[in-house]
Amino acid sequence: MPEIHNYIKYHPRWHRTPIPVFWWLRKLVYIKFILRELTSVAVASFAVVLLFQVRALIQGPQAYTEFTRLLATPVSVILHSIALILLLFHSITWFSLAPKALVVRFGKWRISDRVIIGANLFAWIFISLVISWLTVSM
Amino acid sequence: MRRHIEPFWWALFSAGGTLAAFFFPVLIILTGIAIPLGWIESPGYEKLSVLIHNLPIRIFIFSLISLSLFHWAHRFRFTLYDGLQLKHLQGLIAVLCYGSAFAGTIMAGYILIMISIH
Repeated sequence: MPEIHNYIKYHPRWHRTPIPVFWWLRKLVYIKFILRELTSVAVASFAVVLLFQVRALIQGPQAYTEFTRLLATPVSVILHSIALILLLFHSITWFSLAPKALVVRFGKWRISDRVIIGANLFAWIFISLVISWLTVSM
Repeated sequence: MRRHIEPFWWALFSAGGTLAAFFFPVLIILTGIAIPLGWIESPGYEKLSVLIHNLPIRIFIFSLISLSLFHWAHRFRFTLYDGLQLKHLQGLIAVLCYGSAFAGTIMAGYILIMISIH
């Protein structure tokens, strides 16, 4: 009589605690992290808006007028305002991480993080003012 | 192979992030809010048309659009991996993200080259 083997099913178990999909809603720092990453969606969206603006511009005066009319709709202004908040968040977080990517040394002396962040913020404000001024005075 | 290309994507991500950080807030305030709401007057079609025929300006706008799209592609790729835990779809997500950025780049290139022919 053949022996019946009773195999105990065995599978090595890894210790992996399942992580819920919305793990990043658990803590404020995680939310901020995901929000920072999602600013890239606003960046891409505005790049697409710029693309269409340039396209309208080469299509002629009529296409351009239609495009500006579209930009003046309440939906557009609301979407642009939301995007602006995300873009500001992008700029601020980007500049505050700049010293991590940009290490400037003179011999042994290293420029402090604060100076690099400050220089970036200064350049940012300067560029923004120059572009605004050029637009107004064009 | 994949290892070698990562720094390249990161360089595009970084360049695009820097350009967007410096230029996008002011541009979105002007074109998307201040001009549509009539706070300031639009430079108008004629002047903008002249502006866009300027080669350095065109190269700048092209870089602005293309690099910021690659910035998005790289960042959004990792947000999908980590945020939604889609690591198993790695290949597909990478192709979709960088592919869209490529498509946008080609469109921007095409439009901005067309201007010189006009």
